[in-house]
Amino acid sequence: MKDFGYLAATDLATAVRAKADRPDARFLGGGTNLVDLMREGIEAPDTLIDITRLPLTGIDERPDGSVRVGALVRNSDLAAHPLVRTRFPMLAQAILMGASGQLRNMATVGGNLLQRTRCLYFYDRTTPCNKREPGSGCAAIGGFNRMHAILGASEHCIATHPSDMCVALAALGATVEVESVRGVRRLPLLDLHRLPGDTPHVETALDPDELITAVVIPADPVAANSRYRKVRDRASYAFALVSVAAALAVEDGTVTAVRLALGGVAARPWRAVEAERVLTDAAATEAEFARAADAELAGALAQSENGFKIELARRTIVATLRRLAAEGSTR
Amino acid sequence: MAEVRMKVNGATTSVELEPRVSLLDALREHLGLTGTKKGCDQGACGACTVLVDGRRIVSCLALAVQYEGREITTIEGVEHPLRAAFVRHDGFQCGYCTSGQICSAVGMLAEHKEGTASAVTERVDAAPELTEAEIRERMSGNLCRCGAYNGIVGAISEVAAG
Repeated sequence: MKDFGYLAATDLATAVRAKADRPDARFLGGGTNLVDLMREGIEAPDTLIDITRLPLTGIDERPDGSVRVGALVRNSDLAAHPLVRTRFPMLAQAILMGASGQLRNMATVGGNLLQRTRCLYFYDRTTPCNKREPGSGCAAIGGFNRMHAILGASEHCIATHPSDMCVALAALGATVEVESVRGVRRLPLLDLHRLPGDTPHVETALDPDELITAVVIPADPVAANSRYRKVRDRASYAFALVSVAAALAVEDGTVTAVRLALGGVAARPWRAVEAERVLTDAAATEAEFARAADAELAGALAQSENGFKIELARRTIVATLRRLAAEGSTR
Repeated sequence: MAEVRMKVNGATTSVELEPRVSLLDALREHLGLTGTKKGCDQGACGACTVLVDGRRIVSCLALAVQYEGREITTIEGVEHPLRAAFVRHDGFQCGYCTSGQICSAVGMLAEHKEGTASAVTERVDAAPELTEAEIRERMSGNLCRCGAYNGIVGAISEVAAG
């Protein structure tokens, strides 16, 4: 690993000032992704600004019922919090289905949002990758791409975003708070991650000196009846081939509200707006669930090895909604 | 170079380290505590698991400078019935993953005692029983290439049952 300077920030103002002054610095949270990338030579910052001593570790309910989660809350602490377990079960499940117990104890919420793709060509410095080296090409297109994107990809990059947590946050309509020397701003989580287009190396809507300080989850009664379902090659401790975060409300056999997002299919957590549109006020039947899934996946595009994902996504959406419909109506 | 003070297995220690030194290398190469093993060095195998303030982490992805002032427990400092239980249940063959398995299990049992759910918990709003399926899921961050999983799960089940 290339040597670097280390700076332990003790307050937020110092942290964002230090980043503004050092374009090649990186913020260091739990380190579970960044340290690995540095060891592989994919990331080579000249300075690490350790932010783990900043007071961004609260999980607070606000008067409007929303929950504000500090960016330095560890993944396991968020999954274990009573508010999350009761009001947003799909979020607790999503976190618990990611990584391992040890990694969840280290990884922060802000870091989870900003983790880099696990595309194996991105990690392999002997192959071209437009994310790692803009303009060099994409070895995944036509290569080993069974893990890769079926939605929103481009001819320059077909990598997926690896987070489970983000998929649930996308379904929940979360907002991200960021801070820099220019002040505080908020953006929808759905606007944080960018699709690759012709600039796959630009992965988020953040300015280089901005620090994520919190995630706000709005109050949503529908979310109490929610689930996260993840399909992967191993039963545990593997990235998603396809995942579904869903919340569903059914009254008299009719869908009155639905939240749906997909993981493992695109460069960002994929809010299934088309499927939600089809489902709202539709009959809560398997046929309607399938029609909604088809509407969402109409634009899906397979690579040489990942065509199975389209049918897998369809079936996983239907299965998750079927289960929520059954559970929601027995309560 | 930075001076990093930590409490390791109850004793206050101080080491001069470059910021890029992992907690794992600090323990093994600088403090001579070779019980903690380096497997993959990328957070995938769990061989390097230690406890920080009682919580399990993988020490290979931890930069030692970040752990200034913290309390680290390695296998050398674990006094726990799990150690004898692993022997009784043949919870290992080559033994390379064992210190990580035991440190991880100590942390895992504490997490379960706090009522946490896991990926296989049917309803995440309830505290689950520590079934075999729960143990296997919660220990999935520790790989054993010899495949001693049945013994590992047996040892943990016995200790969990008291």
